[in-house]
This record gives sequence, structure tokens and C-alpha cells, in this order.
Amino acid sequence: MSPDTGAEAAATLDQARQFGLSEEEFTRACRIMGRTPNFTELGIFSVMWSEHCSYKSSKVWLKQLPTTGARVICGPGENAGVIDIGDGDAAIFKMESHNHPSFIEPYQGAATGVGGILRDVFTMGARPIANLNALRFGSPDHPKTRHLIDGVVRGIGGYGNCVGVPTVGGECNFHASYNGNILVNAMTVGLARADRIFYSAAAGPGNPVIYVGAKTGRDGIHGATMASAEFSEDNESKRPTVQVGDPFTEKLLIEACLELMESDAIVAIQDMGAAGLTSSSVEMAGKGGLGIELALDQVPMREEKMSPYEIMLSESQERMLMILKPERQELARKIFDKWELDFAVIGRVTDSGRLVLTMNGRTVADMPVGPLVTEAPLYERPWTPAPALPEIAAKSVEAREPIAALKALIACPDLASKRWIWEQYDHLVMGHTVQRPGGDAAVVRLPGGKKALALATDCTPRYCAADPKRGGAQAVAENWRNLTAVGALPLAITDNMNFGNPERPEIMGQFAQSIDGMREACIALDYPVVSGNVSLYNETNGSGILPTPAIGGVGLIDDAAKSVSLGFKRDGEIIVVVGQTKGWLGQSLYLRELLGREDGAPPPVDLKAERRNGDFVRAQIRAGAVSACHDVSDGGLLVALAEMAMASGIGATLSAPQDQPPHAFWFGEDQARYVLTCRSADALLQAAQKADVPARVVGKAGGAALTLAGGNAISVAELKRLNEAWLPAYMAQ
Amino acid sequence: MQAAIILFPGSNREQDVHDALHRATGKAPLKVWHRDTNLPKADLIVIPGGFSYGDYLRCGAMAAHSPIMREVKARADAGTPVLGICNGFQIITEAGLLPGVLLTNRTLRFHCKDVHLRVETSQSVYTRRYNAGQVIRVPVAHHDGNYFADKDTLDRLEGESRVAFRYCSEAGELVDQANDNGSARAIAGILNEGRNVLGLMPHPEDATDPLLGGTDGQGFFASLAEALA
Repeated sequence: MSPDTGAEAAATLDQARQFGLSEEEFTRACRIMGRTPNFTELGIFSVMWSEHCSYKSSKVWLKQLPTTGARVICGPGENAGVIDIGDGDAAIFKMESHNHPSFIEPYQGAATGVGGILRDVFTMGARPIANLNALRFGSPDHPKTRHLIDGVVRGIGGYGNCVGVPTVGGECNFHASYNGNILVNAMTVGLARADRIFYSAAAGPGNPVIYVGAKTGRDGIHGATMASAEFSEDNESKRPTVQVGDPFTEKLLIEACLELMESDAIVAIQDMGAAGLTSSSVEMAGKGGLGIELALDQVPMREEKMSPYEIMLSESQERMLMILKPERQELARKIFDKWELDFAVIGRVTDSGRLVLTMNGRTVADMPVGPLVTEAPLYERPWTPAPALPEIAAKSVEAREPIAALKALIACPDLASKRWIWEQYDHLVMGHTVQRPGGDAAVVRLPGGKKALALATDCTPRYCAADPKRGGAQAVAENWRNLTAVGALPLAITDNMNFGNPERPEIMGQFAQSIDGMREACIALDYPVVSGNVSLYNETNGSGILPTPAIGGVGLIDDAAKSVSLGFKRDGEIIVVVGQTKGWLGQSLYLRELLGREDGAPPPVDLKAERRNGDFVRAQIRAGAVSACHDVSDGGLLVALAEMAMASGIGATLSAPQDQPPHAFWFGEDQARYVLTCRSADALLQAAQKADVPARVVGKAGGAALTLAGGNAISVAELKRLNEAWLPAYMAQ
Repeated sequence: MQAAIILFPGSNREQDVHDALHRATGKAPLKVWHRDTNLPKADLIVIPGGFSYGDYLRCGAMAAHSPIMREVKARADAGTPVLGICNGFQIITEAGLLPGVLLTNRTLRFHCKDVHLRVETSQSVYTRRYNAGQVIRVPVAHHDGNYFADKDTLDRLEGESRVAFRYCSEAGELVDQANDNGSARAIAGILNEGRNVLGLMPHPEDATDPLLGGTDGQGFFASLAEALA
């Protein structure tokens, strides 16, 4: 311990509590230090040990997820996950939440969510090629919802459009449980050479530590701590903890970093995300088993008289920390000069194993790096399983006339077209968007070839609330299915675990059981987790959100021209449903939207059937036997068929089997199902039988209406009007 | 034909137009950083889409004052074709190469979608492969595409057949609904007096590949390839 540091006033337990540390954690920090930490040091402990940075409640569970596989180059633990997509190419991707900031200040919260996830990806050497987002808002009736949608959509668009990365897909739904705590999960996918991946572990004592990008201000101080606490009525007062984004600087930073990455200058690189300079420097030193010395007065600042504490905890955006080879420092400086970005040598790597901070020559913090990371608290929090809900027999559920029910369903907020949202995102820039938003998965072609990636995000929170294990498995399975439906081979996922307060056993139970379901699905579908993010304490005044483990998946298509979209293509083509339809109505949208019931067990997830059916469908698409394909999910079969009709304007004549109640057949949400079209069904049905995959003809495409045999009809134009009217009308109010 | 694409900090659709020109002409365009003082000899100068200088201050206003724009103006005056797409259109109006200004869309929102355009004149190096009156479908992606000029200027543009494209319905009718951003007289693109400078908001470069949602923009680049061969 330096005598100078000791001269800084020792921190108190009260301060520790204000920073979100428990008494036990404060004692642990004192023990590690061998003395009471000063204010700056305490600040560093508190953010490093925040839930957001340390995963202290979730780590024991996250470890259960499969994270390896033939395609995995780098699993969780780095800035983003890296997978091998062949030909020497790698896809780098991750999804991350910006829930609390987006509720307080929707534009900046969402915008900086996009900025942060972009940095996580290009930090590793990838050019970002696509963004997606998974959004959950409160009930449309809630007075804040409209304002939040408006701000979040503008923020995502404002940032993504300016940096010039297409926003190609995502999802958006509504539930009253998000009234006081919306979810904004942003995903970025980037492309790199597999042999040019950049990591964050510091190396080479004596090497310079370089700060690049925007200047440091007082914005976002203690953002990571805010993200690790419940909300209350006074959350408006936390607005100063929300960062402000500057997408223009981010665009310059992307170009400058990628230009520098063409050289061999970089030893290690890390973006300054949550907990800013603190977590970036500690993580780099920690991973390298080394120390780091920083002269905080050298940090480019845009405000005067910032204290060491403020500099270390600022979450100002668009900043990166790099360790360079000393002989390449000037080359790097020239590149950042060209892009008109700050470039400052702020310290050096040491072999002391300590984080030493000085300010104008005076030591203001001196702490061991290793224990800060390895001795972070880990909790095996008590949990209780969610009570099982009864199965609901289809016959016990009131039957509605199918066309009338369809009209209500496709106009309900969760199923209504989200065109109003995605038309505000530039989904075409870069010139590689093969399948645009609105389908099962976005498809982006990779430069200079035929290869393409399929991308989607998925989760059905109402299933997760009713049965977290089934819901966790379903989220992974539906994501896998969505990629399969465009003809892709699903390769790996990123997960964004959004849950309530983990100190409540029932919430911890939701988390643990969701992970269990995800684990089973990932193993069965050969679909490892390579990156992710945990967002806990999504509660306001003690009321938690629906458990929402959002899954972002990446799949590979060998030839972009062979991917299929969901719209019916030609009159006369045969419509086939793959997978078994039992008519499962528990937790269905039919039950919720038409009968006002959110009850029953959600549909079972048979992972063997999921795999078998999906592999069959993908093989048929690749063989060119399929002209359109759509997965069956929210709303059931008739909704899926209506979506296929609306996508192209071509209608269909349809018939239901005699042995099932029509409302269960058309609106049950059984899993592992797809709708396909083909010119002639015989070969396809034979192949299905051979593969032990259930498949049946339900109709024929053609005309300008959906017509049920022996029943009613509705024009596709009317369907489209109903489907597209809700959101613009709602937002115009 | 050799094209040069000028890059400003914040340009982001340079690759799209690069690829479209490359496909149409067989020759890769040069990319020129705006601070490079020497603008190479080129048959076509392109200012691509994006958010130059973050669109801070006003779209295109800062880039218009970059030193390279003096050279671009001199070349344009000497007859070299200069194409400004989207943010490029904003930049060349700010630089005075074209009259008028691009205001914020009347919805006050960003629009990214396919639109229909009526080709108003085939008398230019950009449109000679189209027929006047032809309807094409290409995407737009902008927040500030609402073309505005005073009545005299608009009359003059029309009188001199300098309106190159207008927003229209699929059938080619000039209906208010098709004019999402609220442009004066549904103008989507205009030519200068010499007909060698074109500014347009839509992105024909993003409609040149059948896999990417359409090929109606191919005629635009085929026109250039033919005229400047």
C-alpha cells in the first residue's frame, strides 16, 4: 500500500451500501485490500462486484449451458462469441440489454444499447453487418407505453442508421408486467477473418495502454450499479446515470479500429462499456494475469475537475482501451488522427498484478487485480420451482368461428405488423439484405460470395412464466426453427436473460429452470451458447417482469439464392403442415386475446421431434422442393397461414381435419411445426413418412382470399389492413 | 468508365454504390477520402449516402464545406457528371450545385422502404436507358428527404425538364400517399442546368441485384455505363 493512497480518506460502510454493496461484501473488500479502501477504490469494488459486471447470482447456473462445439472459436467470457462459418470466415455476435436506461430515457437508453453492443463486436475485429433487437413494452393501455415505444424506436434507428449497420430483424411484444420495466435487448452480428480475432487479455509488461475515441464526461456514472438494483418511484431522478450516445463518433471509431486491425499493432483491445475504464482495465489486466498503471490526468476529458472516482466510473460512450506494441504506437496515432479521434497514452502494463491509479503524480488507488476478479462474490441463491399449471383440454375451451377469431388475433398488439417500427430502421444499408424484417429470420449475404447468415431473436415470455423450463427450451427451439424455416443450418446462440429480483426464491427459480430448459434444447439441437448477458432486478416496486430469456441465433446458408421466404409464391401450390397438431391451447394467444385467459400449461417441447422435423424441412428447402416456408408459433396454424398470404397477397383454400375441434386445430400452439408450399405434395409427403416426420396437406395457395372449406372466407387485403392498422393508429393517438 | 466515390466521415452507403457501379461497368470505382487534396481524374464523381459529420448542424452542411467540394464544383462546372445520392444529394444542394434544400420528412420519422418512382426524363446520362414515364421500384432510407424550393425555382426545374424522378403510386399516379416525405411536387431527384449533376434521395444502387429485392435500379447504372463508356 502506498502511503499516498492511505492519505485518501477511508470509505465507510454507509458509502458501500449506497454503492449497492452488502456489509459482507464490504468486509470482503477490506480483507482483500488489507485495509479499508478509499472512496475511489470502493467505487471500483462496487461496480466490479455489481450483478451486472460480476454475474454473482447467475454464474453458477450459466455454467450449465453448453458452450462448446465444432463451430465455436470463442465462447462466453470475451466481448462477444465467435463461430466458424467456413472458408476462413468467422461470425462474431452478442446480445445485450439496456433495460433500465431505456425506461428512464428511452431515446438515449436504446441508442447507447445499440452503440455498446456494436463495440463489443468490432472490438474483436469484426465489421458489424447486422443489428437486431428484442423489445418488450408494457400494456398498450399504460400511459407511458406510447412514449417509450416512440423513444426506443427513434433511439435504435437514430444510432443504427447513422453508423450504417442495417437493423434487419427482431421482435416486439407487450405485456402489463413490463409496465414499469421495459426490455430493450440489442444484438449485433459481425464478420471477421477467423485468423484475425482480437482478444482482451493484456500482455507484455511495459507496453503502452492507449485510450481512443470520445472524451470522458460525467455521464453514466454508476450505470452498472443502477442496472443491478430494483426500480422504484424515484427512478426519474436517475436520469443522470443514463449515457448519451454519439453514433457519428462510433462510426469513426469502427473505421479507425478496423483500419488499425489490418496491422499487427494491437496486443489487446477492450471497449469501455458498463463500468467504463474500471472494468476495461481490470478485465484486461486480470485476463493477462498482469497489472496496469493508469495516469488519470492523461485521460481525455470533456468536463473540468473530474475526480478519480468519476473518471473511473464514467460510462461515457464510444471509448476503447488498447494495449499496443510500442513500436507501432505512431502508426496507430496517425490512423486515429485521420479519423479525428482522441488518442492518448494513459498508462502501461506492469507485472505487479495491481491496478495503480495516479492523478497528477499522486497515487489515488492501489489494489490487487486478481482478487478483484476471482474473489468477486458468488451466490447460490435459494430458489423454488414454479408450480406446475394444469393442462387445458381443447374441448373445454369455448370455440369461436375461425375467421372471426383470426381477424381478432392478427390485429392484436403481439401479432399486429411491426412494419411501423422496422421501416424506421435502415434495414438495407450495406447492400446485402436478402430477407428483410417481417419474416421468420433475416438473411444477409456475405460480401463476395453466395454464403449468407440467417438471424433471428426469439422468446415467448408467457410460456416462461407458466413453466420456466418449458419456456426456456421453447425459446431456443423456436429460434432454431426460425432459422431452419429460411433454409439455414442454425449454428449458435447468444442469450439475454431478463429476469426480476434474484433475491426472491421464486424469481431465482424461474432463472434456474429456464436455464435448465435452454440447456436441454441447446444440447438436443446442437446449438451452443457463445455469448450472453444477464439482466436481473427487472422489477418496479416489487413486481417482476415475465421471465424473458431472449435468444439470438445465427445460422448459415451456403447459397443465399436457395433460402426461402414465407409468402405464398404461386396459385395452385400445395400447402403442407409439417409436425403434429394436437391443438394445444394452454397459454395460447387464442385463449388470451379472445377469452381473456392467461392460464394453463404451455405447449410441451419435444426436442427429438423438433430436431427431426427441422432437419427434414431444411433438407427439403436445400433440395429445392419448397417454395415457401414459415414456422408455426404465436397464434397457431391459421395465423401462420394468414401471414404467408399477407406476405405475398396470394390467398389459399384450407381445410381442417374432421377429428379435431376446429379452434384447437387452427389456433393451438403445438411446437415443432412448419408450413411449407410445394408444386406437388406426393414426393414431399413420401419423404416425410420415410423420415418419420408427420406431414399433412391443409390446402392450396391461390386466389385473393383465405377460404375455409365449408366455412367463411376473408380477403387477403382485409387481413392485411387489419394486421397493419393497429400499431400506426396506436402511435398516432 | 472510371468513377470516384468521395468519402466523408460518416459516409455509409459507399459500398452499395461501389458494387452497383462495379457490376454495371466492370470496373471498380476509386474511393477518395475527402481530405485527399488531389481528386483523381474521373468520368463520374459520386457523393454517396450516409450521415456525413453525423448530420449534426444540418444534413450535408459540414461536408459541403470540405475543401474537396471546391474541386468537385469545378469539375461539375466543366461538365463532369456528379451524382449525389441521399446524403450526397443533401451535400450538393448545401454546396450550391443544385437548387433547393432537403427538409425533415413530414412524418418527422426515418423511412426505410421500397417506393415507386416515375422517371420524368430520359434526357440525362443517368436515365437514358429508361423511358420517360416509366415507373421503377427502389428503396429510400432517409429522415430528411423532403425536397423544398420556392415556386419560381420549382417552375423553372419543371420548365427545363430538370425533374428526373418523382414519387408515385405503383401505377405511376402522383398521389399524396406515395409522397411519404412530403417533397414539393413529389420531387425525388433533380438535374442541374447542364444536366450533368443529379441529386436524388432514393437508392437505385440498392435495387440492382435480383436477390436483394429488385433490379429496377439497374437501368440507372446501365445508363451511366453506356453514356460514359
